[in-house]
Amino acid sequence: MGLRKTFDKWEPAFRKGGKLHAFGSFFEAFETFVYVPKTVTAKGAHVRDSIDLKRTMSAVMLALMPAILFGMYNIGYQTSLAGEFDWGFWKMVWYGFLKLLPMYLVSYIVGLFFECLFANIRNEEVSEGYFVTGLIIPLIMPVNVPLWMLALAVAFAVVIGKEVFGGTGMNIWNPALLARAFLFFAYPRQMTGDDVWVAGVDGFSGATPLSQMAASGSVDYSVADMFFGFIPGAVGETSTLAILIGAVILLWTGVASWKIMLSCVAGGLLVGLLGDVPCYYQLIMGGFAFGCVFMATDPVTSAQTEVGKWIYGFLIGAFAVCLRLFNPGYPEGMMLAILVMNTFAPLIDHMVVSGNIRKRLKRAQTV
Amino acid sequence: MSEQIRLKKGLDIPVAGAASQTIAKTVSADIVAIKPTDFRALVPKMVVKEGDRVLAGDPLFVDKNRPQVCFCSPVSGTVDAVVRGDKRKLLEVRVKADGKMEYRRKKAAVPASMTKEKTAARMLDMGLWPMVIQRPYGIIANPDDSPKSIFISAMDTAPLAPDYDFVLQNRFDDVQTGIDVLSKFTKGGVHFSMNYYTCPSSEFKKLRGVIFHEFEGKHPAGNVGVQINHLSPINKGEIVWTVDLLSVAMIGKAFNDGIYDATRLVAVTGPAAKNPAYVNAIQGAPMSAFADFFDSSENVRLVSGDILTGENVGPEGFLGFFDNQVTILKEGDYYETFGWCKPFRTKKFSFSHTYWSWLAGRKKYDMDTNTNGGARPFVVSDVYGKVLPMDIYPVYLAKACLAKDIEKMENLGIYEVLPEDLALCEFVCPSKVGIQQIISDGIDLMLKEMA
Repeated sequence: MGLRKTFDKWEPAFRKGGKLHAFGSFFEAFETFVYVPKTVTAKGAHVRDSIDLKRTMSAVMLALMPAILFGMYNIGYQTSLAGEFDWGFWKMVWYGFLKLLPMYLVSYIVGLFFECLFANIRNEEVSEGYFVTGLIIPLIMPVNVPLWMLALAVAFAVVIGKEVFGGTGMNIWNPALLARAFLFFAYPRQMTGDDVWVAGVDGFSGATPLSQMAASGSVDYSVADMFFGFIPGAVGETSTLAILIGAVILLWTGVASWKIMLSCVAGGLLVGLLGDVPCYYQLIMGGFAFGCVFMATDPVTSAQTEVGKWIYGFLIGAFAVCLRLFNPGYPEGMMLAILVMNTFAPLIDHMVVSGNIRKRLKRAQTV
Repeated sequence: MSEQIRLKKGLDIPVAGAASQTIAKTVSADIVAIKPTDFRALVPKMVVKEGDRVLAGDPLFVDKNRPQVCFCSPVSGTVDAVVRGDKRKLLEVRVKADGKMEYRRKKAAVPASMTKEKTAARMLDMGLWPMVIQRPYGIIANPDDSPKSIFISAMDTAPLAPDYDFVLQNRFDDVQTGIDVLSKFTKGGVHFSMNYYTCPSSEFKKLRGVIFHEFEGKHPAGNVGVQINHLSPINKGEIVWTVDLLSVAMIGKAFNDGIYDATRLVAVTGPAAKNPAYVNAIQGAPMSAFADFFDSSENVRLVSGDILTGENVGPEGFLGFFDNQVTILKEGDYYETFGWCKPFRTKKFSFSHTYWSWLAGRKKYDMDTNTNGGARPFVVSDVYGKVLPMDIYPVYLAKACLAKDIEKMENLGIYEVLPEDLALCEFVCPSKVGIQQIISDGIDLMLKEMA
């Protein structure tokens, strides 16, 4: 327990009035990362459930792993395919790893810096929310995004998207999606088009299924390729299979709402019937699956009431496919659909809760 | 015919240390204490001084706003100490027992032949009135009110709760008389809720003059507040009364035998209790009387009541006014290296499926008081609803309480809840939000604003 002693020795310096008090939040965050704190219940229930936000977020991070691992492989695979390099499996994975690592470094260093800074200003504990956000952000970016842009987007998402509202739990929009939306509107050239999806081969045009559909109304990739993920696209979104494994983990642990996932798929399929391609294509193309499983279900920005979740999920799926089919400007609609429904989630909840209030008032009148 | 109501939501916390149904011993209470803090919004006024001699059933203090409501000594002896806290707030009145147990005696009375006023006068006189609790707010009832109905729960689903059929064995007549007394006060009837599974074998099924209900479900199905919510929810402006079954028996005894008999079987429970069992004890008994049940060299917490709603009274403390349970827990003041990310942690219980305990069947857990994580803002949204079988949105109600928005609190159902009804929400909360305190503060605010 040498480390414990070191913590105990340094702890007074970080307390209020200590020399290093300015870094108290950093210290606290690191200490509770290593050790479950020894705090005991002071008021209310004397025992507490073993779950905390760290555990909840760990489950989400675990669920993201298949998508990350496949994403790494697919970066290499797409490059090898485009440049006709004929790489082996490990070479592809290694190439993808080298591409993804700097993105993660930037995402975590910039994001956690602002998280800790604001936690310090507010004198709160550093919340765990960013561990998941930071893991998601690189996954929804094109692999060729310049790192300085990524840094800018992360800073925007954390500061404007989350901290100005009061930090974790208070934000209106999903921070990861906000990072993507920021770049999408600020630097559209680097975020869309056909030449941002494949790394390392200059001038190569790797059209995603969605851009093919937008351009010609049909898709050249096979269903199997789209389902398993051997297609160009944002890093983590291509493999529906990897995302489904994540979905199983999220549903098994109960961390994400099955109601949102199910209704989102239902909404997507229903509107998908109006398109030229089979409606289930909508689920395996682009960011639909990733958004549905990992971002629509964000408990903070989704609807909070159980009835509201059905409505919220359904409308995300429906809007996303609507945008894909009927908006010539943007081939992909998932990001905007989720952000729009994030905006309306409080309204949906308000309506559901108002129903409860009306019921209560009516009961009082009839007696 | 009784009505059966099945509640699906809820959780029986699988904590180890249930009391075996044996009476281990009779504890001798040297000093007992009555605590005004056991009653919400009570302003007490002393009527005895330190050194005064009292009989069991003599008043110690009264409600300053309604002096006819008095609180009696459970034992005969001398007033030992009047303990005050900040701003001279009265915390405890301690009485040193003389060991003779002399009662202040009244004639036996038959409630059937008494008017409502006479019944109320006798209850007030004998210190029984504080046992009648009014909802909304959970305060001592006003003897002048006529409540919509009166509710009694004979089903205690709280963790490790004592078994009413065991602690009230041979007290059937007292309970019946108590019910006869209470039925004087309402036209809406005395509602008596029992456990669907155990009621066929229960003696209380034979009670007369009550409306039976049968509930089936996990905690908090036994909470009288949850039961009211399903039987006849409280609307704005309505008043119902609740009396716990133990107090019903005390009220009955005071009419049958003319004494304030505060002796009771107390369940000593909890994961840190040695040989948990029942003991013969008394209202306000000191924790030192339970010293045989725990290892004093260990850092344990002594709770008067259950693990969800009880009070941490410490080794020098006393049993609460209404409590017939002591829970002994280890303090969880230890560090656990990388505890949150260990995949198994099979010794930890969680309602959520992020641990494996939901697959572990009927396993009991040696729980301690560690918070298992730091306090955070509300993040995860659907956990509270799973353990609250009421038509209420707990997070919205809590937020209305935090915002001190009276109208919203009313609309979202503050009249229908007490902190105890949301105690499980607090247990399962991943953000470790102190929701009982939030609701409690909300109710205090309502009391202040509505007065």
